[in-house]
Amino acid sequence: MAPGDLIEFGKLLGAGIAMGFGAIGPGIGIGLLGAGAMQAIGRNPEATGQIQTNMILGIVFAEAVAIYALVAALIIKFV
Amino acid sequence: MDELMSDAMEPVMGEEGCLPGCMTGKGCLIYIVVVVIAAFLTSKFPVALPEIALPAEPVFTLPALGFTVTNTLLATWLTMLILIVGSILVTRNLKMVPGGLQNLVEWGMGVLLGLTESVASERGRKFFPLVATIFIFLLISNWTGLLPGFATVGTIHEAHHGGYEVQQISVLGANINLLQGQEVGEHETGFTVFSFLRSAATDLNTGLALALISVVMTQVVGVQAQGLRYFSKFLSFKDVMGLIVGPLELVSELGKIISFTFRLFGNIFAGEVLLAVLAFIIPYLVSVPFMGLELFVGLMQAFVFAMLTLVFMSMATVGHGSEGEEH
Repeated sequence: MAPGDLIEFGKLLGAGIAMGFGAIGPGIGIGLLGAGAMQAIGRNPEATGQIQTNMILGIVFAEAVAIYALVAALIIKFV
Repeated sequence: MDELMSDAMEPVMGEEGCLPGCMTGKGCLIYIVVVVIAAFLTSKFPVALPEIALPAEPVFTLPALGFTVTNTLLATWLTMLILIVGSILVTRNLKMVPGGLQNLVEWGMGVLLGLTESVASERGRKFFPLVATIFIFLLISNWTGLLPGFATVGTIHEAHHGGYEVQQISVLGANINLLQGQEVGEHETGFTVFSFLRSAATDLNTGLALALISVVMTQVVGVQAQGLRYFSKFLSFKDVMGLIVGPLELVSELGKIISFTFRLFGNIFAGEVLLAVLAFIIPYLVSVPFMGLELFVGLMQAFVFAMLTLVFMSMATVGHGSEGEEH
């Protein structure tokens, strides 16, 4: 195996690991947010609109962490 | 219920037959037919996997300016053209009692304005133009990016590695090259397409430009509302806490730019890659439900970008309202 292949191997593995582990936290977070919002809507259906808007904003902040992982993975893969 | 389940399980079905829980005769038949059609399409009409490239491909260069026009820039111009022509068409013949197109647009604007005012209350009307512009621009650009012709029609180039065979056909006297599904061998030259159009948000620069507009305008709005007191958020000598938190606030302003940019880019780019790869694995059939998913993602990203801009702006107008601010 040439040294270049080894670097390529490491890059691909690193990108995969970065994205995979980086998605665990946001996944749990978004799940909790969704569960909380569903419960809230179930208890108080009149407030659905407001709960949904706030839920989406919360999800966006949780998702930002996954996006940082994506950026790291892209940098590893392409730079 | 059975129908619903069979729809949902279509993509995971392999050659091994029925999954437990779908053992009705009709469901089983549908699966077999779908699998046979998929296998037929895969073997007879393979689809080339486009080269997945981060930077936008250049289409042409303006020699006088030394300025390269890329396919994402062309898509941005197309979006602008659609918006300009659309707004001229809608406002050309305004009536007191709206009908047709005017009615639709007024309803949409009404919904957006209501949402803006529910978040930012009395300042909503002031923020509305910027927020609504971001929303409408991103919505149109994300949705036009899913049209046929985007990322598929372009000029043929030699691929760096891999690549696909090309077949030349003649339509009305014009020669057209078709990229074939067969991958070329180890030592032949393969070809790849540099498309004329590619969804605007798959270029980092589009997201970065909008993020810079959004974050800079947030500072402007903050200064307008609070005067120079706005900057006490970043640098305060009142107490020790202020000294510690100030730099963190500064970093979070910069983090906003990064997360705005990469959220939009990441979602739309990942969507394009997903569609391309799915079309490559099973042609024509499996991409269709994911098109619906991408429509939703496009709407959601436009909404989120506009909504976050609005929330950050209304937080900047209120002093010491930084507790809930994360990025």
